[in-house]
Amino acid sequence: MSEQFEKKMRDFLLLPLVGVICFVIFWCLLCSVTDNLPNPVKMWKKSELFIYEPFAKRGEMDQGILRFTGLSISLVGQGYLVALVFGTPLGFFLGLSKFFTKSFDPIIQILRPVSPLAWYPLGLVLFELSPEPSYFASLFTISVCAMWPTVLNTAVGVRAIPQDYLNVAKVLKLSRSKTLFKVLIPATLPYMFTGFRLSLGIAWLVIVAVEMLKGQPGIGGFLWDAYNAGNYSLVILCILVIGLVGFTLDRLMSLVEGKFKTA
Amino acid sequence: MAFLELRNVSKGYTSSKGFTSVLKEVNLQIEEGEFVAIVGYSGAGKTTLISLLAGLIKPDSGQVLMNGKVIEGADPERGLVFQNYSLLPWLTVYENIRLAVDEVFPQWSSEGRDIHTMKYIQMVNLTHAKDRYPKELSGGMRQRVSVARALSMTPKVLLLDEPLSALDALTRATLQDEIKNIWEGEKKTVLLITNDVDEGILLADRIIPLSAGPGATLGDSVPVNIPRPRDRKTINHIPEFKEIRKRVNGYLLGGALKPKIKIEKKLILPAIEPEDLDLPRQRLGVPRRAVRTNEIKKETVEL
Repeated sequence: MSEQFEKKMRDFLLLPLVGVICFVIFWCLLCSVTDNLPNPVKMWKKSELFIYEPFAKRGEMDQGILRFTGLSISLVGQGYLVALVFGTPLGFFLGLSKFFTKSFDPIIQILRPVSPLAWYPLGLVLFELSPEPSYFASLFTISVCAMWPTVLNTAVGVRAIPQDYLNVAKVLKLSRSKTLFKVLIPATLPYMFTGFRLSLGIAWLVIVAVEMLKGQPGIGGFLWDAYNAGNYSLVILCILVIGLVGFTLDRLMSLVEGKFKTA
Repeated sequence: MAFLELRNVSKGYTSSKGFTSVLKEVNLQIEEGEFVAIVGYSGAGKTTLISLLAGLIKPDSGQVLMNGKVIEGADPERGLVFQNYSLLPWLTVYENIRLAVDEVFPQWSSEGRDIHTMKYIQMVNLTHAKDRYPKELSGGMRQRVSVARALSMTPKVLLLDEPLSALDALTRATLQDEIKNIWEGEKKTVLLITNDVDEGILLADRIIPLSAGPGATLGDSVPVNIPRPRDRKTINHIPEFKEIRKRVNGYLLGGALKPKIKIEKKLILPAIEPEDLDLPRQRLGVPRRAVRTNEIKKETVEL
C-alpha cells in the first residue's frame, strides 16, 4: 500500500516537478542572454494583479485573468457546439454512404488543412450584414476548423461497425430510427468521442488566433494587447494559462471518452 | 409442399481474385416441425447457407422459399442464432431480448412485453443475470441469451448457425440438452448447422452432409431413427448411431465427391549480396546499398 503510494508520488508529483524545474532554469538562462524576456520573478510581480484579482474588471482590456479565460471558453464552447451539431451528422452520412464519401471526401480533404487565419476574413464577409459580424465570424472560424476530427472519426466509426450488429438489426427488422439509435450510434460512440476530444483541442488552438484578429477581450486578445503595450510578462502569463486550460479540457474529455470506451 | 425450401440455389462471391463459388445447385426441403442438422467442414459455406435461409443475402440463382413464397429479406418469423452470439454489448441481457420483443409485438402493452421477455430469460435459466452486460457473461451464457432472443420473437423456424462450436465440451452438452428441451416443448421447425456429427445425431430427425467448398453442395439426407428421448451416455453404443456416423463421415471425407483443395504457396528465397565496401558511401546522392535478388517461386499443393 505505502509502496504503491510512494511510486505514485514519484510518478505523478516528483518526476513532473523535475521537468518544471528544468524548464524554469532554462527560462532563467534565456533571460540572462536577452534583455526583453522577463525572468520568472519579474513576470510574477507584473502579473500579480491579474492573478490575485482573477475576476476584476477595470476596463475593456484590463480584466482579471480568469475573467478573460472565461470569455474565451464561452466563445470556444459555442463554436465547438456548432461544430459538433454539424460535424456528427456529416460524419454519419460519410460513413453510411459510399456515394456521399466519393462525392464529398475530396472537398473535405481540401478544406481541412486551411488555417483559422484564412477562415476569419471569410467569416467577416459572410456575416457582414449581421448585428455583430466579428462575433459570428469567430464562431464560424472556430466551428469550421474544429469540425473535421469529429467528421472523420465519426465516419471511420460508422464504417467500423461489425456486420454482425447490422445483421441483428436486419433479423429483428428494426425500423430506420431504431437502427440508428439502438445500433449505429452506440456502436460508433467510442470513435465519436475520440473525434470530440480532438475537435475540442483544435477549437482551443483556434481561439487565440481568432481573438488576436478580432482584438476583443479574451485570453488571446489580452495576449496581443500585452504584446503591443510591451508588457512581455503578461504575454508569458497568457501562454501559461492557455496551456493549462487546454490541458485541463483534454483531461476532462479523455475522462468522458474513457467512460464510453468500455461500453 | 415443403415448409422451408431451397431450389437449385447457387451463391458465390466476387473478390479481387475473381469469382469464388461457395454453394452450387443446393436443394433442401424441410417439413414443418422437423429438426434437421446440416453437418459440414469449416469454410464449406454453412454460414452462407443459413444467411440465405434467413434472408440476409440473396442467391445468385435459384429460389429460397418458405411456405411456397420467395423469401424477400430477413424476417423475425425466421429466428436466427448467430455463431458469435451477436449480442449488442451496450444493452443488458434483458434489454437485448426486450429490443426484439418490442419490435415483434408492438401492439402489446408494456407489461405484456415485460412478462414475455422474462419468460424467455427464465427458459434459458438466466433470471439471475438479467441486468448484466454481455461482457460480464461466459460464452455459454451469451449463447443462451442469443437463443432466448431468437425464441422470444416466436419464430416459425429456428435457424442455429453453429451455436455451440465456440463452447467447451461441458457447456456444449448442457446447451444441447437445453436446445433439445426447447424443441420438444415448443415444437418448432429447427435447422441446426454444426461441424459435429454426434451433436447432429443426438438432436436431429435427419442429418444432411454438406460437401467441402468451393462449390459445396448437400448430400443425401440420413434419417436418424433412434427413438427419443436420446441419452448422450448410452447413444454411442447403439449400432444405428455408428451406422449413421459412418455414412455421414463417409460422404464428408470424400466418398461421394472427392473434393480437392488447391493451395498456391509463394516461396521467397532470400539472396542478399553484401555491400561492396570499396565503393564510396554515396555516389551522386545515391547511397550504397546491399543488393537483394530475391527469387520468388510458386508451388501448388493439393490437399
